[in-house]
Amino acid sequence: MLIVLGSLVSVLVVVLFRGAPALSVSMLTQTSTGGYYLGKEGGILNAIVGSAYLVSGATAIAVTISLPTALYLNEYASRSKLAGFARQSLDVLWSVPSIIYGVFGFTIMVYLGIGASLLGGIMALALLELPIMIRAMDEVMRMIPLKLRESSYALGATKFETALNVTARQALPGITMGVLLAVGRAIGDAASILFTAGYTDSIPRSLFGPVASLPLAVFFQLGTPFPEVQQRAYASGFILLVIVLSLSIASRLLTRRATSYVIK
Amino acid sequence: MLSATILSSLVVIAVALVLLQKSTLILSTHSLSELLLSSSWHPWKNEFGYYAFIVGTLWVTGLAMAISTVPSLLMSIYLAEYAPSKLRGIIKPMVDLLAGIPSVIYGLWALLLIVPLIRDQVAALAGVTTTGYTVLAGGIVLAVMVTPITISVSEEVIRAVPRPVREASMALGATRWQTVKHAVMRAAFPGIAAAVILGFGRAFGETMAVLMVVGNVPKVPVSVFDPAYPIPALIANNYGEMMSIPSYDSALMLAALLLLLVVLLFSILAAALLVGIKRRYVVG
Repeated sequence: MLIVLGSLVSVLVVVLFRGAPALSVSMLTQTSTGGYYLGKEGGILNAIVGSAYLVSGATAIAVTISLPTALYLNEYASRSKLAGFARQSLDVLWSVPSIIYGVFGFTIMVYLGIGASLLGGIMALALLELPIMIRAMDEVMRMIPLKLRESSYALGATKFETALNVTARQALPGITMGVLLAVGRAIGDAASILFTAGYTDSIPRSLFGPVASLPLAVFFQLGTPFPEVQQRAYASGFILLVIVLSLSIASRLLTRRATSYVIK
Repeated sequence: MLSATILSSLVVIAVALVLLQKSTLILSTHSLSELLLSSSWHPWKNEFGYYAFIVGTLWVTGLAMAISTVPSLLMSIYLAEYAPSKLRGIIKPMVDLLAGIPSVIYGLWALLLIVPLIRDQVAALAGVTTTGYTVLAGGIVLAVMVTPITISVSEEVIRAVPRPVREASMALGATRWQTVKHAVMRAAFPGIAAAVILGFGRAFGETMAVLMVVGNVPKVPVSVFDPAYPIPALIANNYGEMMSIPSYDSALMLAALLLLLVVLLFSILAAALLVGIKRRYVVG
């Protein structure tokens, strides 16, 4: 028991303690310059901003698809064959390795004639987020008592009004949690954006240009033979870990807070 | 809403079809048995044998499962059956937190801790010399990554075993451990199997963390101190640069398809097991 827990905790401790000393203000405020990977001046602002762009784009797309899907599964088709099939296939989609999303995304991009770009990365990450969000939202919406819906119908509300004003409202904490869970997964995923988003030293200005990202920054900096650059990889890992942990904790707190508006 | 639902449930099929379509080229020029059983990987000479990569994947995944399964089961039994609820309230969120840590971070951790440990200490104990970038390192990092997932799922399954099952066993004079071992575990077995299979699926397709520590040498590994080259790492390292050679591109697509099929198979199996449990307990 202690060994398991110990090894798990050591992941946090090692990364946090090796990363923290290597961290500096310039890393957070400057973009990488030409000599950066040889150990010269610069920071990883490009990767931080890039990750933010990628994840916010992907999340926006994924939410627009998954909210209607989750509502549909519960409000319109909760016991139908289609719903069973959709749930099953989303569960399977959840377990698909992210490298496959990367390969798939890249194939589609070649088909459409776009190179490694912000747009491609957003698409691949949206695919990754989709099953996580839908299934998380779906699980919460299923817990909503039937009586609540029935009272809404009894007041003359249509199905659509019920879905929007009762189900979605009631499931709000679960929806928030699902979204944050997906964001946490997406921000740390490297394999799916390895081909689709590429990497660059500057902050992207267009949807069709390549974009840097935090997990790939860790990966590429570790790959260099220079100790100074590897130090920066530790620091980048530290930043990434702190972001993921705070997202996870924030989702717990938000969920607790949003629960207070829910009718039990 | 209907269209969004249909769209998102068809993604899996679309992915599989695209990969299949792209890998027809390699399948038309090479026989499947040649691809799977040959270990000569020379893309420039038009030789594509996956054997070394398949064996590498199996070694790393198998080792990870061998290391992680028993400890994570014991841990989930402890959490579900023995731990006071306060302790559980602390450990459970922490396990969930660890399940969400990006794989690059696990890779970083393994590079800082496990690889030097194997190079300096473990190898000396075993009487071999290695760089530390080995099957063993890959297996350990995967084991640590999979553990939170397995614990989280199997703990929930064990807790879902209805109370009367325990009470009946206790009433017959069984001790707590006997109850857990004979009554609870038997009832929870399919669910625990599903948890292990889910972990296996995750480990099988994991790319970055393994890629960083496993050495990436395309040879069939013969011991845990040899480097290996699992399929996901193969794809990640070579894909994208090799678009100019259609058969190479197609070979990597087939590798991705194989990976996808194995993972799909395991996740459907796990889902079937979990549905079986629900039918048995939730209805009653």
